[in-house]
Amino acid sequence: MQTLFRNNIVDKQNIMDCVATGGNVKVLAKAIHSLSRIGEELYMEPMEDGLALRSVNSSRSAFACFLLSPLFFQRYQAPSDQSFRCKMPIKSVQAVFKSLTSLDRSVEKCRIQLNSEKSRLTITLHCKHGLLKTHNLSYQDCEGLQAVFDKESCANVLQAQPRLMVDTVLHFPPSLEEVNLSVSSDRVWLRNHVEDDTDSSRAMMTELCLSSEEFDHFAVGSQTSITFCLKELRGLLAFAESSGLPISMYFDEPGSPVILSVTDSVLEANFVLATLSEDSHPKNHVNTKRPDTEQPPDDFMSDDMDSFLIAMETSELPGPSHVPTSPPRPTSNRKHSFSEEEALAEGPPNKKFCSLFFGSVLPTPSQLPNQTMQSQEVLASDSEDENQTETS
Amino acid sequence: MKFRAKIIDVGCLNHFTRVVNTVSRLTKACVLRLTCDHLYFVLSGRVASGGVSMWCELSQGNFFDEFQLEGVSADANEILLEVAPENLSRALKTAQNAKSVKIKLTKKSSACLTLAAELPSLSSVSRVVTHDIPVDVIPRRLWHDFREPQMPDFDVSIYLPPLKTLKSVVDRMKNLSNSLVLEANLNGEMNLKIDTDLVSVTTHFKDLGNPPWGDDGSQSSSPHRDPELMTEVCVDIRKLQQFLTGQQVHPSRAMCNIVDRRILHLIFLHEDVSLQYFIPALA
Repeated sequence: MQTLFRNNIVDKQNIMDCVATGGNVKVLAKAIHSLSRIGEELYMEPMEDGLALRSVNSSRSAFACFLLSPLFFQRYQAPSDQSFRCKMPIKSVQAVFKSLTSLDRSVEKCRIQLNSEKSRLTITLHCKHGLLKTHNLSYQDCEGLQAVFDKESCANVLQAQPRLMVDTVLHFPPSLEEVNLSVSSDRVWLRNHVEDDTDSSRAMMTELCLSSEEFDHFAVGSQTSITFCLKELRGLLAFAESSGLPISMYFDEPGSPVILSVTDSVLEANFVLATLSEDSHPKNHVNTKRPDTEQPPDDFMSDDMDSFLIAMETSELPGPSHVPTSPPRPTSNRKHSFSEEEALAEGPPNKKFCSLFFGSVLPTPSQLPNQTMQSQEVLASDSEDENQTETS
Repeated sequence: MKFRAKIIDVGCLNHFTRVVNTVSRLTKACVLRLTCDHLYFVLSGRVASGGVSMWCELSQGNFFDEFQLEGVSADANEILLEVAPENLSRALKTAQNAKSVKIKLTKKSSACLTLAAELPSLSSVSRVVTHDIPVDVIPRRLWHDFREPQMPDFDVSIYLPPLKTLKSVVDRMKNLSNSLVLEANLNGEMNLKIDTDLVSVTTHFKDLGNPPWGDDGSQSSSPHRDPELMTEVCVDIRKLQQFLTGQQVHPSRAMCNIVDRRILHLIFLHEDVSLQYFIPALA
């Protein structure tokens, strides 16, 4: 029987050909949506061990990567020489997957392919009733994008159900940029972080205290307090909530990045955020955490009022009774540690964060396949690759 | 100066939250006056607020299980704080399912109202969320600005029509005009009027009833006043709309007093909350 369209079962000309079906189309769309909360561009790299979708923010203080294994797809074809890397405006990819809610009802299959003859990436949505939506997106070849991080070496690891994280974040306003996370041996505190230079006495301070028992896994090596950008995380929280997968959090001392991941058998998502270095405890809060004692008494539980009584003057004051402000905080020493690329000066909220280390050390062949290990990818690859293998 | 209070009952917490939400929709900043028996949210008429003033009175015992106050001094046993009700609203918002909510006057880097809610959690240990809301303590010499407003010598007092109806009429009129005339008489009749170059619209309400103020059941105005005689006041329609839109507590009684061409005084009464709002006439 002659068909109008030839099925290319083996297409030597295809650089890349991936097909996602059923519910995975929505997962793919949600991954892209999460990445859009980080940066403006989507970096795509089809590798042997899966399709990597990555994004980074302009000051390079937040990085996210979704690795979709070949098993995620009904069909997965990637260049075996790992030669193809591209980036494109993330908004144009999001436009393909708009109206998320109706996606799983209308779209049966999604095909992403790149033909060597074309200069466009083609995303085809096979919808119900034989409807085909084809999008041809222009892209730019680019260098690889990979932040250097090593989850296994982090001293502190927490894992929780997404519901816990989402409920926690609810207490903070959506506009909140930075949040401080402190851990002790059995408690976790989340506080909004207020800048030194803003009128910190006028800002409302919120603190949420959780017991370690609420976490699926709680391994705190040492009492730590880190400050990072909450806004960029919300994409991951939304993804985790819809997928129902637990969120793992890996972190060390202030200045080291915090990594949040969500994993299942066919995908792995890592969100890497820079943290403020040498973070001092915000003076706005009377310190509810005393590192030397075991369990800091909670102000309200013990109802100990004395230290919190307001020492107010009587009416003889000449002006409105403003309590004299506390002496200015010691300025944190925010050094830019191990930064290959200096943080761009854009975006005031981010410029003080250390830029994440985007490595340029040559990868060893054994390290390449497994992304979760300390992967150090070449930013500018050699024109001749010694390890070129035959394409099938 | 010391203040601590605690709410345990979920119904009381929800009710208190609704009152705070209503206040936060009416003004960005107001004075919270605390006495041993009452809480008041006060906005005193200033040009900046377009001259509107507000007096919201809550009977403390109907909301709080524990309430301790030590005022500025023994003979002035009150505390007055300037606060942004929106902060209070935000703090209460996520505490609606709390086992308990405590409010305390504290001193962090400046004076604060600290609200701590004990929330249900997945473990045996409750989650605790603490909000420090910055406040300014009002010195005693300024307290006279925040006294209970005197009932103005009104000409007519009348119950309002059902709020939903009133609100939808005002909403539609707002699209046509910036000012609205509200007139009423002692016969339970009220008219809302707008009049522009292009259009005039009047909505008539009847049989609303007039609240009895005087001992003899009549109103305090002249006993020989013709019940058909309308008294009117022209107000900025947006202020009236803002007041009606913000309401989250359904009042058991809603009425207004009109001082002819001077003031529209709205009174909403609920079992344990009363809200008075004064809108001055447009010049």
